[in-house]
Amino acid sequence: MDSYNKVEYLEKKAKELRKTIIDMIYHAQSGHPGGSLSIADIVTALYFDELNIDPKNPKWEERDRVILSKGHVCPAIYGALAMKEYFPYEEIYTLRKINSRLQGHPDMKKTPGLDMTTGSLGQGLSVGVGMAIAAKFDKKPYRTFVILGDGELQEGQVWEAAMSAAKYKLDNLIAFVDVNNLQVDGCCDDIMSVKPIVPKWKDFGWEVFEIDGHNMEAIVKTLEEIKNVKGKPICIVMNTIKGKGVSYMEGVCKWHGQAPNTEEYNIAIEEIMR
Amino acid sequence: MEKKGTRDAFGEVLCELGRENDKIFVIDADISASTKTTKFYELFPDRAFDIGIAEQNAAGIAAGLATTGKIPFISTYAVFGSMRMLEQIRTSICYPNLNAKIAVSHGGLTPGNDGPTHQAIEDFGIMRSIPNMTVIMPGDYYAVKKLVRKAAEMYGPVYLRFTRDSIPVIYTPEDEFEIGKGKRIKEGNDISIIAIGDMVYAALQAAEKLNEMGISAEVIDMHTLKPLDADIVKEAIDKTGKIITVEDHNIINGLGSAISEVVAETGKGIVRRVGINDTFAESGEYTLLLEKYGLDSNNIVIKAKEILRL
Ligand SMILES: Cc1ncc(C[n+]2csc(CCOP(=O)(O)OP(=O)(O)O)c2C)c(N)n1
Ligand SMILES: [Mg+2]
Repeated sequence: MDSYNKVEYLEKKAKELRKTIIDMIYHAQSGHPGGSLSIADIVTALYFDELNIDPKNPKWEERDRVILSKGHVCPAIYGALAMKEYFPYEEIYTLRKINSRLQGHPDMKKTPGLDMTTGSLGQGLSVGVGMAIAAKFDKKPYRTFVILGDGELQEGQVWEAAMSAAKYKLDNLIAFVDVNNLQVDGCCDDIMSVKPIVPKWKDFGWEVFEIDGHNMEAIVKTLEEIKNVKGKPICIVMNTIKGKGVSYMEGVCKWHGQAPNTEEYNIAIEEIMR
Repeated sequence: MEKKGTRDAFGEVLCELGRENDKIFVIDADISASTKTTKFYELFPDRAFDIGIAEQNAAGIAAGLATTGKIPFISTYAVFGSMRMLEQIRTSICYPNLNAKIAVSHGGLTPGNDGPTHQAIEDFGIMRSIPNMTVIMPGDYYAVKKLVRKAAEMYGPVYLRFTRDSIPVIYTPEDEFEIGKGKRIKEGNDISIIAIGDMVYAALQAAEKLNEMGISAEVIDMHTLKPLDADIVKEAIDKTGKIITVEDHNIINGLGSAISEVVAETGKGIVRRVGINDTFAESGEYTLLLEKYGLDSNNIVIKAKEILRL
């Protein structure tokens, strides 16, 4: 695919993913739409282009790993896995229900295609460091991608992990920070500011890229560029909008962890597919 | 049957306490809307601190406040309040015996569909094994009001556990509670059901079912897990000799274990424990999970029949 067609294809897939996310959360009447929608574009670029994975063989040893450190937004990953046929698409309607393989937060033992169990914020990057060290030790080419929230950066463990990744020169470890400026209780800047974010990661010894997390062209280009980085872990700081794609959710704190009602659901789907 | 939120009761009594005593402080970790402390922020902004998603820091700040005579309440979910900040609680709060309170919502299976990452089923065991710590789970809305107040009035670290989902009301505003004293809420001679927190109602239901079968069961609300009321356990041993414990917690190290310790040292009596069978549960509606994991009145009745050899 040439790069123009690729971007167009990924943008189309991102729409489908957003629709799947809303469908899932609406049917569960529970879950976290805001932060799922803000990472929909990067998740699409990873699963539909960048990752070296095989849906028929989810435990393939050479596969790229993805850790959703901000585990509450698992509908975004479940949606991508369903679209990639890791499991039957209809299973998305079992989200958060009893006897389901799709838990409220990611469970690697239950859901095919998940590489790590998460949901308690701040723990994912350390696990990514472990996977990346193992890849180096085993001389395997796979990479480990970790998705973090901006509120999540308030957890001290994130910075302990950041130090260790730099110490071990883990250029096979990529952290995405979803800077949607919101957490549960309000704006990150009001609750406990983590800014400036880019210099923090630079000071911790990472190679840092800052992009518009909803610009597919920029995402694709950056995912190419990072392949040239040697000897340092890579951090991609993505400026995003929480709830992106659904006008009444965009930048509105209460949509962190609330499901839409029927009327809201219809509006959301109409806007996403427009 | 009427249901009321235990975390709502906590939010309300916290405001009352804040009004009466300017030493009451609140520390949150980005989930204040959910733990119901928001109103306290409006009323007493200079005594409320949302320190973000940084639970360990919250525990440390509470310890520091407590060294100066303040009475800080850390407010978060049970998983984070018992495990993420555990060593800070143990070494910065309990070892120096500082007067800080850890008040948590979302105990046991009550955060239902969030799944096992958010369901704290280990916290009773962890908290009761720390010296100086008092561990309490009130049985309903009105019990929360009274016991949070008592916890604020006593000196020393207290772990207070509430539920996410609303639970049945079993008390009236007039009922009184004393920390460290179990409350016998139904008399009976054949068997003793001792329960804590959201399981007290299930125990009452089971007692009714047993009554219909001609079995007279007493029910004790053991709202204080530590210090455990050994006297009321010994009374039960002497009266019925047959005890069933019920808790929304792992079968290991919680109420069942604590009572078994008393029974074993007494040298008489039999215990059967109802709790989560040493497994992580799953996502799902709270009441469905209770059924699936055996935390309901039916399972208590089964255990009662077992112990009575019926
Ligand atoms: C250790 C821990 N503390 C608290 C929570 C509860 N919680 C879930 S999501 C969230 C806010 C996350 O904010 P952010 O990282 O910015 O994610 P996003 O905005 O993308 O949803 C909190 C506090 C948690 N899951 N884990
Ligand atoms: Mg955020």
